[in-house]
Amino acid sequence: MRLTRFIPVAAAAIAAVLATGVDANAKTFRYATTGDILGLDPHANNEGPTNTMKANIYGRLIHRKPDLTLAPDLATSWERKSDTVWRFKLRSGVTFHNGNSFNADDVVYSFKRQSQPASSMAFALSSVEDLRKVDDLTVEIVTKGPDPILLLNMPIFYIVDKEYMEANNATEVLDVAGSTNYANLNANGTGPFKLVEWVQDNRIVLEPFDKYWDKANLETNVTKAVFTPIPNNATRVAALLSGEIDLMYPVPLQDVPRLNGDPNVEVLQGPELRTIFLGFDHWRDELLDMPGTGKNPFKDVRVRKAFAHAIDTKAIQRVVMRGASTPTGLMIAPGINGFAEDMNTPYAFNPDMSKKLLADAGYGDGFPITFDCPNDRYVNDEAICTSIVPMLERIGIKVTLNAQTKSLHFNKIGKPEGNNTSFYMLGWTPGSYDAYNPLQNLMTMEGAGHGTWNSGRYSNPEVEKLTGMIAVTVDDAKRNELIRKAFKIHQDDVGHITLHQQALAWGSRSDTVAKVWQRPFNDVDLRYVTMK
Amino acid sequence: MLAFIVQRLLQAIVVMFVVALISFSLFRYVGDPVNNMLGQDSSTEQRELLRERLGLNDPVPVQFFHYVGNALQGDFGLSYRMGKPVDELIAKRLPATIELVAVSAVLALLFGVPMGVYTGLNRNSWLSRSLLTVSLVGISLPTFVIGILMILVFGVWLGWLPTFGRGGVVDLGVWQTSLLTLQGWSHILMPAITLALFQLTLIMRLVRAEMLEVLRTDYIKFARARGLRNQAINYGHALKNTLVPVITIMGLQIGSLLAFSIITETVFAWPGMGLLFLQGIQFVDIPVMSSYLVLMALFFVIINLTVDLLYYAVDPRLRSQHVGGAAH
Repeated sequence: MRLTRFIPVAAAAIAAVLATGVDANAKTFRYATTGDILGLDPHANNEGPTNTMKANIYGRLIHRKPDLTLAPDLATSWERKSDTVWRFKLRSGVTFHNGNSFNADDVVYSFKRQSQPASSMAFALSSVEDLRKVDDLTVEIVTKGPDPILLLNMPIFYIVDKEYMEANNATEVLDVAGSTNYANLNANGTGPFKLVEWVQDNRIVLEPFDKYWDKANLETNVTKAVFTPIPNNATRVAALLSGEIDLMYPVPLQDVPRLNGDPNVEVLQGPELRTIFLGFDHWRDELLDMPGTGKNPFKDVRVRKAFAHAIDTKAIQRVVMRGASTPTGLMIAPGINGFAEDMNTPYAFNPDMSKKLLADAGYGDGFPITFDCPNDRYVNDEAICTSIVPMLERIGIKVTLNAQTKSLHFNKIGKPEGNNTSFYMLGWTPGSYDAYNPLQNLMTMEGAGHGTWNSGRYSNPEVEKLTGMIAVTVDDAKRNELIRKAFKIHQDDVGHITLHQQALAWGSRSDTVAKVWQRPFNDVDLRYVTMK
Repeated sequence: MLAFIVQRLLQAIVVMFVVALISFSLFRYVGDPVNNMLGQDSSTEQRELLRERLGLNDPVPVQFFHYVGNALQGDFGLSYRMGKPVDELIAKRLPATIELVAVSAVLALLFGVPMGVYTGLNRNSWLSRSLLTVSLVGISLPTFVIGILMILVFGVWLGWLPTFGRGGVVDLGVWQTSLLTLQGWSHILMPAITLALFQLTLIMRLVRAEMLEVLRTDYIKFARARGLRNQAINYGHALKNTLVPVITIMGLQIGSLLAFSIITETVFAWPGMGLLFLQGIQFVDIPVMSSYLVLMALFFVIINLTVDLLYYAVDPRLRSQHVGGAAH
């Protein structure tokens, strides 16, 4: 009796052991980060880690390489027919994971699908008036006006299979929240990897797609990739040290020396595209913390300058970030279109000058402010803010730090509470990799879609005018000159105080991983992972 | 009897309602879920549209009554993060948590009771003293520290056990279990021990104290006088009488095992309900958070109700009250 009950258990156990047996040629790449993807629908879910996973599975017309340059993917070539018309030649002989072949109809369908109002990815195609089929392997994109950065948005225009989507009744993009559809749980793209399994919050398993059009030139030799979300920092570090995973990110900064001390583990560090900065209340006539005085000191450029020169970005880099940051003077990072190295010097640290500037402005005795800060969004965000408090108190400012969770912080400084802040921290990565994006979102107010996260409502007529011109100037050299001018004015104005680009820190097993490209978007593109 | 049960059930309903109300109103203060759902680049109109669609612009009481009304029909809403029905998500995670809690409870009983008996009988042996000293660790160290220490020792240094996740899962149709494979056991061992340690210590100390108490009583002395064997006295008479409070406490502790499992699940990335709840908080996923709390409250209410009923069955004095004083 007992024995018969035992047999199925033993059989299951043996089966499990056999199933985990290792194939000598298998190159399984297991990697982990803090959270799971939001969903697989390429046209919903605009979120960094999710977009990366989509890029492993779905093809785009143009691919962005790790060095941020553009390379052909589903389009073999493109040319500008006029200021508003682009013609793309499509690749022939490409198949989707389900075996369907790729052609111009899929591109037209994908454009219509991604442009739906419910799509979180619609912004990438907001300048496109129409996408029309010329023949089976040629399409034309017509933009509403001259769009200098159309190509930069192509790597986030995901191509889906028309027949597959229609067969599964998934033409309509649904909001991420509180609803889902077939396309969000399954995937069928033309990318180098196909989805094997997604067990939410547990694992995503991918395998190379045999009929990937560029199989011959693919850098990766991974035969199976397993992505696991591990939310706890210590557990993630332990899993890497014990060899259960091959790569994980982010590495908590305090663990970097420890991981480097392990002979089988290597920490890869590099700058991220995100710029962390501080912003002022530029618009209220009376500062929130100075009721009854009728004064807003931040309207005086000398006060803003005083703040900028009081903050020791090098000390923050050395002490708070443990070297894992790059102090900056520009609102955009190297690699973003429009970046100028010679303008990237941070404001000099000079508290004496700050005190003098404050005195000149009539605030020699300082004034009180509340400093709004997130505590779970950026690397060491709260610690950065805590270190800034004494720097400002040194020049006589009475700072009350208000550090809170990101959803509350973004509500307070954002539109929902009417930019209820005097002094705040924010970080920004331009989704389009172009300077126009921060100009539009952070540095101007006039016009539809402007100033979404310009929480201090900084607005300089010159910058507004330049931004309008940048939007429609197609000539690269001319456009970059305009960008330069706009950033210079903003810098002289001290519209915001730029702090740094935070560094990426990835931990990888040097005994299993031969090479992995660390791209500044803090994501793993499986195309560029090679195992030993 | 029936009146007693009905009275308890009514109380349970009130408790559930209050928990639902409190959790629902608390979640008004965790932030705006729309921030997490739409990217930073999204426009004000998109945000407003989504708020409207999710009913976030309705007054709080209206939202609450919608929620309760739907919940009564078994509809707990759709998760903001995943867009899947919450009851489906919870049903998927429930086996992982239940198995973890069950293994922990069994471990705690299997080791706690014999250790308690031993330390009660051999008060002065070196083993008793060291067990008592070491058990202080179980009581005083927070769960996550124990978990991380275990990961470090058995996962990283010795490399014996996997450091995270749930493996070797076998699908039995309605229930996915990891208790049928060696791999599954290797995954569950560390989190289960971490979770069990506190309960184990508690049971051991409880049994020990009860044993000491019972061994002093007259009937044990008489048993000895009658010349019964030590084994019969210790296990037949003494232990049996110590187990009543132990069972009561253990019943109540299963509730706290469920509650503590949030921490253990996070440390070991165990895909149970606790992890779901925690991720729900980070994402301001209100339907997941409130459903989890309501479910936990339901568990506690059921456990307490069962314990109450057990009392009723075990303790004759409770029954006699309803007969009226006449019997005495």
